[in-house]
Parts: sequence; structure tokens; C-alpha cells
Amino acid sequence: MSKRIKEFLVPVITLVIIVTLSAFALGYMYNFTFEAIQKAKDAKELEAISEVVNEFDNNPFAEKTTIMTKDKKDKLIMYPARKGGKLTSVAIKSYSNAGFGGRIEVMTGFNVSGSIKYFKVISSNETPGLGSKVDEPKFKEQLTDFYPHRQILKVKQDGGDVDAVTAATISSRAVLKAIARAYDAFSNFNSGDNNE
Amino acid sequence: MNKTSLDNLTRGIFRENPILVMLLGMCPTLGVTTSATNGLGMGLATMFVLMLSNMAISSIKKVIPDIIRIPSFIVIIASFVTILEMVMQAYLPVLYSALGIYIPLIVVNCIILGRAEAFASKNTIFQSLLDAIGMGIGFTFALTILGSVREILGNGSIFGFSFMGEVANPILLFIMPPGAFLALASIIIVVNKLRGAK
Amino acid sequence: MAYLMIFITAIFVNNIILSQFLGICPFLGVSKKISTAIGMGIAVMFVMTLATTVTFLIYYTFLQPYNLKFMTTVTFILVIASLVQMVEIIIKKSSPALYQSLGIFLPLITTNCAVLGIAILTIQKNYTLLAGICYTLASAMGFTLAIVIFAGIRERLDRTEIPESLKGTPIVLITAALLSMAFMGFAGISY
Repeated sequence: MSKRIKEFLVPVITLVIIVTLSAFALGYMYNFTFEAIQKAKDAKELEAISEVVNEFDNNPFAEKTTIMTKDKKDKLIMYPARKGGKLTSVAIKSYSNAGFGGRIEVMTGFNVSGSIKYFKVISSNETPGLGSKVDEPKFKEQLTDFYPHRQILKVKQDGGDVDAVTAATISSRAVLKAIARAYDAFSNFNSGDNNE
Repeated sequence: MNKTSLDNLTRGIFRENPILVMLLGMCPTLGVTTSATNGLGMGLATMFVLMLSNMAISSIKKVIPDIIRIPSFIVIIASFVTILEMVMQAYLPVLYSALGIYIPLIVVNCIILGRAEAFASKNTIFQSLLDAIGMGIGFTFALTILGSVREILGNGSIFGFSFMGEVANPILLFIMPPGAFLALASIIIVVNKLRGAK
Repeated sequence: MAYLMIFITAIFVNNIILSQFLGICPFLGVSKKISTAIGMGIAVMFVMTLATTVTFLIYYTFLQPYNLKFMTTVTFILVIASLVQMVEIIIKKSSPALYQSLGIFLPLITTNCAVLGIAILTIQKNYTLLAGICYTLASAMGFTLAIVIFAGIRERLDRTEIPESLKGTPIVLITAALLSMAFMGFAGISY
């Protein structure tokens, strides 16, 4: 082998070996942590669900279904909560991209009567101490027993019935938008399928 | 412990503090320090990667041809970062989502590649580990201080414990982006004064 | 309309430097003169757009279908590093004049976390290729805008009296804070 080829080949082979080793190590770690990651994600979601719906004795996770908004544009995930086999409330995972820091994901609980039970922000990039206050009771409790078909699900500045978090109107609007999306899908589901 | 070892260990903590003195790794420094907990978490995460990468690089320094030195270092660092990412996602999901994009960005943190290049590629495994621990502590220390200052001023709490109650409104600006620059500037002024006074 | 929104948001509202804190090192390091700041800005714009396009294609043709997502960070950083190297070689051969003005910035870009950051964010935000490129280009323009304005301020700053203890880094950071505050004024516009 000439010296030039060797000078070229040795580094290339070394680099390939390093990358291969790294790929194997990462693949191993991936398999090793895969279940734990899934578990952590599920636990987080289940915690959010149980916070926003009535007491239940089923596994909302196992019964999840996808529902559509009226314009058929969005698919949202719905988790039904049952007590003694009877549907008491549902949790719907919804989102809005209009937050101050982009996407906000919200889990909203609805009573069967059509009112909101409670909601929880599951992921957001809102400013801590400011936009993040949309996940504090002072703002959230306004929506408990809120009937979106009778009251207006908008902040007061936009002619609605909800007080925005001080200095965080954008985040408040985004959260309400996500809830409105969930309600849209929920009422669509409720009207099409009343036999429950 | 002999004198060089001790020196390698302590250098990063104050005299050559990566953030406050050398101004390296600014992106995570400013980006995640909205609270003391985030600062501490990011510091420890970076220290973890720094320790592993310094040791790995030091142990294979003789095998790597010079022209692929940097790409090899980057691959090694990126692998450790990905491992860290997966472990955090599995066992520390809350911190993982708080630190967000800055975790994969540990790869391009100048401190890690800088230490690999300037120290680990020339020294023994043990000395490289000491260097990593020192630099890691220095980084963590600076991040925690910055996070604490911002959290105290901007949110009226420290490590999540609120102490202001309803007495006074915190200065929100400090947890927003401009506050990051302001708080770091103030800390560096103090550090410069202290260094000058010596 | 959606693209326009991505553009405005990425340049002004979520400015990559002043509100996302990506690419702070070149922002503080290469902003002493307007001319170098413009050069850096153009180099970043070029490399970033190229890098996101390539990483996007690699992610959706190899990493995702073959369930190799855990290799994302390793692959992306390798791609970026080799792209920068390749661009450097090509420019050097084809246009020495351009190399004269941009060449010195290229090696610095590998460790510019904005490039890797935007490549990863494009995937995380589930953009299509076109929207992703749009987002990247806008982010890079936001980078250029911020660094050029900042260099302008620093040129003035050189001719001013600065209190002794603020000289050097502190005054630079305070200036950045004021600029970042100014950009916060854009917060409402996209909605």
C-alpha cells in the first residue's frame, strides 16, 4: 500500500470505527431506556388526566379514542373516565400554536353535561412566572363549571368571560384557544353519538 | 494529592471559571437559568458529559490520527450527550422538559470541546477527570448563582420556595430574556471587582 | 400566509439570539465591527439553510423510517461539521474573493449552536421541508439583523466614556439586554 493511500485510509477507518461504536452504544442505551421513557410519558399523561376529570375506576388510557373537530381538520385524543361503568367525564388533549413561546398543550376535562371540569397545561414554553401562570389555580378555577356554549370562551379584552392572567394575555388567549378546540371536538362527538 | 493534581482540580472553579472568567458556553448559561433548579440541573448535566468525554478522549488520544481529531471528539461528545438525554427523559422527565433544546446543544457547548482539545488530548485519564470535575463545578456554580439571582429577583422564590408572598411584586424582567443579560453583567462586574481586589 | 407568519415570528418575535439564546458566542465575539458582523451573518445564513435542508432529508429518509432517532444528535453534528468543511473547500477553489471575506467565519460556525439548534428545532416543530427552510432562513435573518444592529451600537460604544468597572464584558451584556428589551416590543405582532 502506498503511503498516500494509507494516510487517507487510516483516519477514515478510525472515524468509521468510532461512529459504529457510538451507534452500538446508543442503540443499546435506547433499548435499555425505551420502556422507562414510555412509562414516564404515560405517567405524566395519566396524572394530567386524573387531575381534570371526575373520580374514575377504569383505565382511561386503555380506552382512548381519537375524535375530530367539526371542520375535520384536527384529530384530538379523548380519554373517557368511567365510574362503575358509567361515563362521568372525559379528558381531551388539545393544543394551540399561538402561545408566547410557541406550542402549548392542554388537557381539558369535560363533564357529560357539557361544562368544563378543569384543565391542565401539559407542555408549554411560556415565560416562567408570567405566561406560565396560566397553569395556576387563580386562572384555571375561572373555568370550573364553565359552559362554553352559553358563556364566551375568550379573554375579557376580546369580549369574552374569562379574566386573562395579568401581563400574559397572549398565553391566556392561546390556552383558551386550545380549550375551545377541545370543546369543538367534544361537542361534535357528543352530538353525533348520544347513546352513551 | 500532589500540587499539579490539586491545581487541575481547582483551576476551573474560580481562577479560570468557564463562564464568569472565560465567557464560554454562553447559550445554555443565558437560556436555562430562569430558576436556580434549572441552573443546577443544566450544570450537573454538562458536568456529567464533560467528565465522561474528558476520560474517553484522554484514553484514546494516541489512537486518533490528527486530521480527524475534531470530528472524532464531536462524535464522542455527541454520543454521551445522547445517552444523557435518554437517561434524563426516562428518570428525570420534569427537568428534561424544563431544559428542552439546550440538552442536545450540550454537544456544541464550547467548554466541552474546548477542554477536550486543550486538556484531555494531552493529559492522562486521571488528570483529565480532575480537570473535568473542576470545570464542571465551576460551570455548575456559576449557573446556579445566575439562576438564583434571576429567580429571587424575577419570581420572588429560590429553588421553587416562594418567600415574598403577596408583599411585593417580583421584577418579572429578570426571568425574561433581557434579565439574563443584565443579571450576568452584574455578576461579572462583582467577579471582576473581586479579582481586581486580590 | 402561514409562511409569512413563520417569517415574522422567527425574525422578530422569537429572535434566535435575543429571545432563544442560540448563537450567543458569535453574537458577543464577532460583533465589534459592522462589516465583520455582516460577513458572519451571510455565512451563517448560507450554512444554516444548507444544513437544515440536508439534516431534514437525512432525518426523514434514514433516521425516522429505520427507527434510528437516537442517532439524531450524532448525525446532525457530523453533517454540519462536514458541510462547513466542504463549503470552505468549494469557496476556496471557486471564488477566492468570497473566501477572503467569508472564509475566516466558516470554522467558527461548526460550534455555533444556532446551526444545530435550528436543525433540531425544525424536526421538533414538525415542519414540512418548505416551512422548515423558511423557518431556518428567517431565523438566520434574525441572527444577522441582531448581530448587525449590535455591531452598530458597539462601534459607537468604542467612542464613549464607560465607567471603569463596566468596561469589557459587562457593558456588552448590558447593551445586549437593552437590545433584547427592544425586541420584546415585537411580542404582540403576529397575533
